[in-house]
Amino acid sequence: MKRPLAILGLALLAVFPWLPLGPARLYILHVAILILIWGIVGTAWSLMGRFGLVSLGHGAFLGVGAYTTTLLWNFWGISPWLTTPLAVGAAVLLALVLGYPCFRFRVVGHYFALVTLALGEVIRLLIIAERDWTGGSLGLTLKDAGAFNPWAIQFADKRIFYLIALGVWLVGLWVWWRVDRSMTRSALEAIGEDETAAASIGIPVTRFKLRITLLSAGLTAVGGVLYAQYLTYLNPGVLAGIGVSLQIVFAVVLGGMYTLLGPTVGTALTIALSEYLRVAFGVKLLGMADTIYGLVLILIIIFLPAGLYGGLKELVLRRAAPARVVRAPSG
Amino acid sequence: MLELQGVTAGYGEFTALWDVTLTVNAGEAVAVVGPNGAGKTTLMRVISGLVPIRTGDLRLDGRSFAGRRAHEIVAHGIAHVPEGRRIFPRLTVEENLKMGGFLPASRRHYAETVGRVYDLFPVLAERRRQRAGTLSGGEQQMLAIGRALMSKPKLILLDEPSLGLAPVMVLRLFELIRRVRQEGYTILIVEQNVRQVLSLVDRAYLLEVGRIKVEGRSADLAEQDFVRKAYVGI
Repeated sequence: MKRPLAILGLALLAVFPWLPLGPARLYILHVAILILIWGIVGTAWSLMGRFGLVSLGHGAFLGVGAYTTTLLWNFWGISPWLTTPLAVGAAVLLALVLGYPCFRFRVVGHYFALVTLALGEVIRLLIIAERDWTGGSLGLTLKDAGAFNPWAIQFADKRIFYLIALGVWLVGLWVWWRVDRSMTRSALEAIGEDETAAASIGIPVTRFKLRITLLSAGLTAVGGVLYAQYLTYLNPGVLAGIGVSLQIVFAVVLGGMYTLLGPTVGTALTIALSEYLRVAFGVKLLGMADTIYGLVLILIIIFLPAGLYGGLKELVLRRAAPARVVRAPSG
Repeated sequence: MLELQGVTAGYGEFTALWDVTLTVNAGEAVAVVGPNGAGKTTLMRVISGLVPIRTGDLRLDGRSFAGRRAHEIVAHGIAHVPEGRRIFPRLTVEENLKMGGFLPASRRHYAETVGRVYDLFPVLAERRRQRAGTLSGGEQQMLAIGRALMSKPKLILLDEPSLGLAPVMVLRLFELIRRVRQEGYTILIVEQNVRQVLSLVDRAYLLEVGRIKVEGRSADLAEQDFVRKAYVGI
């Protein structure tokens, strides 16, 4: 029953750019691509977040990913096809440097969150400080390689980017799903509930936490690369630091981190909200989006701890539950 | 099978164990008793690798395991039932047991070991799909012991299994521990219920402010004023 629905949804997503979208076609496509890219990042974040590993510094991995490919392209013209693994490697290495001491010496909960918060800022400040080659706070533009250049992953046609983002997003979901079915998930759940108990029954706590952190960081870096390739403009404020890190967290908490589509749904809602506010109020009410964000976030945490998508899903399942009980004996 | 030689350990600046020497032979049941704050729990945590050793040596079957991590020690056949049970409340009973048999070597025998645990504690089989947090205190303690058995240990460390249980439940629990013993497991138990634990074990140690004060066969110790000493600490 679920499978045909999923296939239908996928097909719809795949042909979406070719649907008659009206005069705002390009804008709609642009927003859709942003949602997919940030959906990847949100999914990556929730890999850790759902086990109580709250990172407030995922911007660092995003920035490391984006800047690595962009700088290598701008200075030496190396194709992002070749440098993306490098970008992922750099983010993973950074996660290792951060994660290993934290997990080995039991920096958990709020303290871990604070350490990651600092990491995001450190990367942002580093990018700004190294202005000679990173462009500093003014940002950096990806060197133009023409309107259609697969080698440079640069396309003027948004539809191509849409498909690329969709593909990577699906890979992200697949990773999430694999983790969800694995022994790693049970181990991390146990660790999240009681780290000492988990260690006492022989779960290698450090190893499992580190593994999921590296995975999350790597996937986030892919999101960063994609972002850079699509927008062709990088800025330390958008790709590292507290602001973007918290935005990722907010989207995931809003959508729900315990479900496959939760992070993406949350991302879609936050992007839609900020785009709407931007269009509706323009620059008149500059702080409005953040205020509404904050308010909604508090409400969600209090009333829907599993997130909007997760919470609604639970509600629907509960509604459907009596029917299931009746059917159960035959099946 | 287990030997501690002159072990000193603690947390940060604080030293909780001073020069502790203790042995547990295969097939034996040994108790460590002592007043609150004597270092009993620290001792258990040192053995299972959760607290590092400062000086001295920890040997399992003649091999030194000082400085090894908890999962390596579990893999060598030591299972720790921590104080206060520390089951995973939001996982089901069965998931808790599954986590106990987490190491690859024990995962292979999962069906067999889980069957043995259910034989030993039938109430766990009845509640296998229930969230562990909804079990009663006694059932949670059984689950904690069952979870430890899932790793197919040779030696089980029981840290205050009777803590917070109703008196009638304590009696039942000791009966169950006796059965676990009869299954051939070696047991090292920390207890406040000195009288009861002495009737269960072969030998006992009295730990006081981090040092071993008395050691002997439980039958002999029960005759002395050992019990009073353990409680009052004088």
